[in-house]
Amino acid sequence: MSKKLRKWLRAGSPWVWFNAGAVAISIIMVAGLIGLLAFHGLRHFWPTDVMQARYQPPGLPATEVIGELIESETVLAERLQDSGVDVDPAKNFYQRDLWKFGNREITGTDFGWLLTDYISEKKFPDALTVLERQQWGNFYGIPIALLERGETLANSRAQAENDSLLWAELQFRLDRAYELREEISSLQGQELGRVNSELERLRLLERALVIADEMSPTLKQEINENRATLESRLLVIQLRLNRLKAEISRDSVLMRAVNNREVQIALEDIVRAYQPNQLGLPGKFAVYFSRLWEFLSAEPREANTEGGVFPAIFGTVVMVLLMSIIVTPFGVIAAIYLREYAKQGLVTRLIRIAVNNLAGVPSIVYGVFGLGFFIYFIGGEIDQLFYAEALPAPTFGTPGLLWASLTLALLTVPVVIVATEEGLTRIPRSIREGSLALGATKFETIWRVVLPMASPAMMTGLILAIARAAGEVAPLMLVGVVKLAPSLPVNGIYPYVHLDQQFMHLGFHIYDVGFQSPNVEAARPLVFATALLLVIVIAVLNLTAAALRNRLRENYQALDV
Amino acid sequence: MNTMPDKDKTTIEQSSDALTVESVFATHADRLRAKRKMRELLDRGAGVTISLGGIGIIATLLLLLIYLVYVVQPLFESAQIQRLTSFQLSPSAASGEPLYLALEEQAELSMRLSSSGRVDFFSLADGAVINSEQISIPAGAQITQFALASEESGLIALGLDTGAVHLFSADYEISFSGPNNARQITPRINYPLGREPVFIAADAMQAIAVAQANDSIVIAAVAGSGELSLVRATRQSSLLALLDPSADTDYQLEFTRSELALVDTDWLLIDGDQRWLLAISAQRMVSATALDAVFSGSAAVQASDRLALQTESIQDARFLLGGLSLLVADANGDIGQWFFSVGEEGLALRRVRNFAGSGTPLTALTVEQRQKNVAAIDERAVLRLFNTTAERTLIKQQLDDIRIRSLALSPRGDRLLTETDSGLLTSWSVSSPHPEISWSALWERVWYEDYAEPDYIWQSSSAGNAFEPKYSLTPLTFGTLKAAFYAMLLAAPLAVCGAIFTGYFMAPPMRRKVKPLVELMEALPTVVLGFLAGLWLAPFVETNLLGIFALIVLLPVSIIAMSAAWVFLPRSIRHSIPDGWEAAILVPVIILSGMFALWIAPPLEMLWFGGDMQAWLSNEFGLAYDQRNAMIVGFAMGFAVIPTIFSIAEDAVFTVPRQLSNGSLALGATPWQTLAKVVLPMASPGIFSALMIGMGRAVGETMIVLMATGNTPIMDINIFEGMRTLAANIAVEVPESEVGSSHYRILFLSALVLFAFTFVVNTVAELVRQRLRTRYRLL
Repeated sequence: MSKKLRKWLRAGSPWVWFNAGAVAISIIMVAGLIGLLAFHGLRHFWPTDVMQARYQPPGLPATEVIGELIESETVLAERLQDSGVDVDPAKNFYQRDLWKFGNREITGTDFGWLLTDYISEKKFPDALTVLERQQWGNFYGIPIALLERGETLANSRAQAENDSLLWAELQFRLDRAYELREEISSLQGQELGRVNSELERLRLLERALVIADEMSPTLKQEINENRATLESRLLVIQLRLNRLKAEISRDSVLMRAVNNREVQIALEDIVRAYQPNQLGLPGKFAVYFSRLWEFLSAEPREANTEGGVFPAIFGTVVMVLLMSIIVTPFGVIAAIYLREYAKQGLVTRLIRIAVNNLAGVPSIVYGVFGLGFFIYFIGGEIDQLFYAEALPAPTFGTPGLLWASLTLALLTVPVVIVATEEGLTRIPRSIREGSLALGATKFETIWRVVLPMASPAMMTGLILAIARAAGEVAPLMLVGVVKLAPSLPVNGIYPYVHLDQQFMHLGFHIYDVGFQSPNVEAARPLVFATALLLVIVIAVLNLTAAALRNRLRENYQALDV
Repeated sequence: MNTMPDKDKTTIEQSSDALTVESVFATHADRLRAKRKMRELLDRGAGVTISLGGIGIIATLLLLLIYLVYVVQPLFESAQIQRLTSFQLSPSAASGEPLYLALEEQAELSMRLSSSGRVDFFSLADGAVINSEQISIPAGAQITQFALASEESGLIALGLDTGAVHLFSADYEISFSGPNNARQITPRINYPLGREPVFIAADAMQAIAVAQANDSIVIAAVAGSGELSLVRATRQSSLLALLDPSADTDYQLEFTRSELALVDTDWLLIDGDQRWLLAISAQRMVSATALDAVFSGSAAVQASDRLALQTESIQDARFLLGGLSLLVADANGDIGQWFFSVGEEGLALRRVRNFAGSGTPLTALTVEQRQKNVAAIDERAVLRLFNTTAERTLIKQQLDDIRIRSLALSPRGDRLLTETDSGLLTSWSVSSPHPEISWSALWERVWYEDYAEPDYIWQSSSAGNAFEPKYSLTPLTFGTLKAAFYAMLLAAPLAVCGAIFTGYFMAPPMRRKVKPLVELMEALPTVVLGFLAGLWLAPFVETNLLGIFALIVLLPVSIIAMSAAWVFLPRSIRHSIPDGWEAAILVPVIILSGMFALWIAPPLEMLWFGGDMQAWLSNEFGLAYDQRNAMIVGFAMGFAVIPTIFSIAEDAVFTVPRQLSNGSLALGATPWQTLAKVVLPMASPGIFSALMIGMGRAVGETMIVLMATGNTPIMDINIFEGMRTLAANIAVEVPESEVGSSHYRILFLSALVLFAFTFVVNTVAELVRQRLRTRYRLL
């Protein structure tokens, strides 16, 4: 036995296993992190059952609680005592549950800890309904009547504890409210926005004419006429909006919440209504995917803590696309120059090292450069030259989409250069020489022979650049992202692509909602979901790059013969 | 002979044929030539374009460095002074010695108060007098005392030998008129307490002082007998005054006569907060009295002291901008900065720093209104301009051959006005872009006003002009290194050990799965890591602190235990798993031991630490615990740099030529011996460069530290407290800083520091790697 152990020691097995342990720990950390993100991010959309229970801590009157159980934990009695809860001195540990109560206007807080010992009479009534609202978070309660313009509808008072007729009518009226809301938002977002932007352009035109001293009475009259037309159009839209708003505020539902309190909720506020306790698995999945779809396709609500992240996805994609358009040609040209045109020697070697190291320079440095050079220096000059009429309000002299893309292009151009160069290096000399021997010029050789062969390498570089750009947040905080952009950077309003506008970004959304929002507890699940989304996007991009690289290597292995 | 014509014919035919072919060829060749020319042109054009483009892009990358330097460079520019104009005032205006010179905000007008009580306003361009006013002095009376509340208030008190004090200030009204909307500045004298003087003493006084804060003005005077008198004027906030601020407001006067006898008082001063009354004598005696106590009748000299470090007799004393620091000039021309601070012997005036003179006394001393700059001129007309906080002498230059008797600085600090003994006035333009920045202000301990001792402090937000900006980069650099250190503490062993195992021992099929996983780990956005660290890990660690420590202890133990147990497992089980899969076997072991550690921790915490480890740490060792601390950053940032180190180190181990290790194994060494004696020495430069690059990444990482620490710029190595790093500081403060300000440039400087640091580290690492590659190739 001891012989075995001695052999084990002499062979250095403990050290080998130690090293193996490091790998195992790394694997567990990555897998655990992805798992954690996936668990919390995907769980958020699942319609949990809503519990109703009686809560009576010793020495306090009993209350009714309704809500979703989020998590449970064991806590030291002492810690509870520190936070002012009466505890039994004989007990060291307590079990406590985190509940989501919703009904913020009644309970004051969304979340609360309850000691498991004092919860009794747990039940899951079928009629318990979850109303997701535009404001004030979720509402939990039982619908008891429908109201139209403040009047209780005849026959709508709930006959039974769980009135399916009432539920059907509520669904019907909710559908009407959804449709009206769509109409209002399209009216507000597009038509109103278009007229307003035309008015603004007219104002700037007028100022530009005044500045250039070219204003004549006829021009002024023309502008004024145009303005009058636009303003009358504005008025028409406003009237239509008012009518729609009156329509949408017609219905409301009377709900019974905890402790038999009755609350009236306007249907226009309701985003989604469902009764999780009586939903079967298919029904729950329907709600799940509807919420997932909302997350991906809708605008954020409630200071970004609810609703979707569509503007952030869109902003990220537009910014990354713009960056790719800038970075690809420049990176490829620089690589071709370095590999095919520049005289190879000490200088190119130094440049190569420098370019390689620029990829390791902290991204915040690029952000500072973008802010100082692009925004304040170049942007300020552009404003002076071309947008003088809008001053002192800056047009390009302020963070925006163009500058963010340029900064990230600068940040990622070393990646593209390095990857493309690697591809160019791997192309055998014989192929170039063959092309030249057949009479092709150098450029023709590069354009027709070398570049097509190197294209997978360029793609790899581009994809790596995109993956880096999509996950980068620090420089963007200085050069263009905002927590809430009023409109998308690409939309139906002239000039359609708003390079000067600020935009939303998935990564910044995580930082902002997770750390700057007033209600972190409520926002956390959404941040998990956003983080998961970002990780998935970046993982897919990276795997694509890896696959491309492998294909490239196989191609050249064939050529090497 | 017959054949001849045939031959000819054929020749002719051939030649005609050849002609046509030739012509065809000719046109074709033309086209070809044209095409070749086109191709040549295209080739040359492309060559030029690509070369220009390539050089341009590389130059753009270089521009990054150049631009940072360009923004930072003004910080270290030395100050410049240039003579603008010289002029004599009209004889009537130039009468008498100047008591006080001042410049107005735009530096267009100047004010001169003469010893006869005459005030002249004149243009700084040519000396033309615009407006004059005589302070009404009764016949036979003399002005004996002059006091200024502060340069920024401009409130002047003139003491007569009758015991009367006149109080006034210069006001400049700006109006825009004329066709070009030209700026018009109208000067006038403003008497806050009315034109009538305040009688504060019975006869001539030794010294007077005046102070103004918000709604109250305090005048203090020491009579010839040494008796102290005070007047406090409080503005009556009547409705009328609220409605029309320009209307004459009523002040209510409150007279106090104190029992204190302050004999030999040469300078009487009241500090900016109106808390202290300082009586200073030329014999370096200072007595400080609490002003409130004098008003309440319980006057007593609370602190009496010699200005002990000032060697010669005192020549001048006044407050620096903000009214906290006292500047005392002696006969050597030395200027000492003193303020009250709590030391071992309690609250006392302490000399904080000294600006050595040239050995000759000063003739004039003045302070700037927006910055803590001081200008002084000595008997030989040598001007010294210096910043107190930065201890930086901005200008030291002889201005004239004759003695200069008076001096004024414009509010913006860009103009200087001097008056020589001959009455010649000269205006100078001064440019000192960033006086508050110096090497010592950025990197060394600085004794800031109101602090007990010199310290490293970063506090850039300013409440007002009088605020002393604290731009020490030391705590930020410390924070950066602290974060990087704790990150490397986790990352270095895990990544290097992992790389060694993966590169040398691991079975190829498993390696093919581990490598992409590590690449995925590298691609994880840091914002996600920071978010998890701040919102998930930080609360988790706070509640399971002992569990984490138990985990750290238990993990190595369980790994060793598993490896020992492996030897005793039946041969059939051992052989069913091939070599190089140890890592996979360990995964469940580690998970189980981790769960065990977290499960056992709460009872242990109860047993050992009374259930609260944080409280125990704070009681036993005085260690504070922040929820978002260096340990959290260490975990999150360690996670972020593991893949960087891992990839490069693994590459270095894996590419060690196989024949070396095969040779060693063939000679009978065990795999571990081969690794330790053959492979690692070969790969160590590569591992070193991997660590360097990982370090570079940890230093520049922004989002993780921003989200996982409290971002307080403290200097404490304690693992349970947070920090603020250079990168996070830039992210937090750049958006709010004013373009071109010192703050803005310092943030650029910290970006430059980061750039330079990572660039140098990466270059060294890269060079090491390149040399290693050449070595492998040779083998």
